[in-house]
Amino acid sequence: MTSQGTEVRVVLPAHLRNLAGVRGEVLVSVPPGALTQRAVVDAIEARFPPLCGTIRDRQTGRRRAFIRFYCCEQDLSNEPPDAPLPASVASAIAAGTEPFLVVGAMAGG
Amino acid sequence: MTQVRVLAGTRKGAFVLTSDGKREKWSIAGPHFGGWEIYHLKGSPANPDRLYASQNTGWFGQLIQRSDDGGASWQPTGNDFSYVGDPGTHLWYDGTQRPWEFKRIWHLEPSASDPDTVYAGAEDAALFKSVDGGVTWSELTGLRLHSSAPGWQPGAGGLCVHTIILQEPRMFVAISAAGTFRSDDGGVTWQPVNRGLHSQGIPDEDAEVGHCVHHVEAHPSRPDTLFMQKHWDVMRSDDGGLSWTEVSGNLPTDFGFPIGVHPHEQETIYVVPITSDSLHYPPDGRLRVWRSRSGGYEWEELSAGLPERDCYVNVYRDAMAVDTLDQCGVYFGTTGGQVYASADAGDSWAPIVRDLPAVLSVEVQVLP
Repeated sequence: MTSQGTEVRVVLPAHLRNLAGVRGEVLVSVPPGALTQRAVVDAIEARFPPLCGTIRDRQTGRRRAFIRFYCCEQDLSNEPPDAPLPASVASAIAAGTEPFLVVGAMAGG
Repeated sequence: MTQVRVLAGTRKGAFVLTSDGKREKWSIAGPHFGGWEIYHLKGSPANPDRLYASQNTGWFGQLIQRSDDGGASWQPTGNDFSYVGDPGTHLWYDGTQRPWEFKRIWHLEPSASDPDTVYAGAEDAALFKSVDGGVTWSELTGLRLHSSAPGWQPGAGGLCVHTIILQEPRMFVAISAAGTFRSDDGGVTWQPVNRGLHSQGIPDEDAEVGHCVHHVEAHPSRPDTLFMQKHWDVMRSDDGGLSWTEVSGNLPTDFGFPIGVHPHEQETIYVVPITSDSLHYPPDGRLRVWRSRSGGYEWEELSAGLPERDCYVNVYRDAMAVDTLDQCGVYFGTTGGQVYASADAGDSWAPIVRDLPAVLSVEVQVLP
């Protein structure tokens, strides 16, 4: 749990950086509370509204099939979106030493 | 000076091609949205600099882009295409029922009178409308909730609304593989209009619903006359779709995807014959447009400037357009990335561009 919110470093895939109009890493503000996948993606969408629907399905709210979430060399994609991130990951994110990676899956194209 | 603007949606981005009224020399801008599938982009008749584009990938889903300066710059608008209520189910390939699931927008049709009003044809089949320039979308549920909808089955490309004809308040849509539907009340209620269609690929060949209609066009000054390229067969209706007659005539094959209607000659139409449903390329490797000046039945081969041999491209359903200049221009794009243009109503052809990604759609605007 965080009481003051967390500034999270996020790395977006190239197409989503273009859509958001940014280069390189971005910082998003996750409000106080448990640091979860959903909280991070909510913060991304709040800062960059054009990304709504591109990471999570608009209708179901689920991670899109070819999107992956990585951090600290761990694949977090299949973890429950409301589960607190593993302690080591959360602390690295909170300390700003590791970014939260949104990755377009390797699937040809 | 008159300017002509061709809008090409491709497998890997959108391109804007411009020329003067002679349509001999073209400049090419793009790709816009490089790497994304652009199923369709189209300008508003009420404000030609207002363009809408459907942008999609399997990774990141559906976006709608809008331009207010003729395609020089774009901004993403709304992409919430939520079905209203319980989406229900439709027939799947294996005979089971499958829930409606939004996948992409195939076609965007701006209103003739209001640049902020635009309709979107979706896969899985549904019709959406925006009245605020694409920021928000509302489903016109009468189509998806039609009593025949649980029996609709996807075509090979999906269960998609790919054709939208606005004759406000009357509208037509075409769905693969359900058929053509007509609304007389602005999209609130719908009736299937497929009488006269025969399709050997369905159990009841002349069923009211279940036909794989590939594209439909109407002449703007004679709205009751519709021309259709079906999976097989070229068809026409002279009563607003209530009945259809085959007009394939002497075509070398009546399989194909697009159909075009001359803007000034109500009985002049264009198709691109494709070998068959299993061979999606021109007969004998010779790319040809065929033109009828009699509304079908009698067709002439147009070949000047088109590949004479070794051409095995396809031309998709939304990849043909006609302009409104006195000497009508005709345009089409291929899966090989060529966009061909004729500035003399089809008598002769030349490629505007040769090496784009596979072309999914072509539209054209004439600017004063």
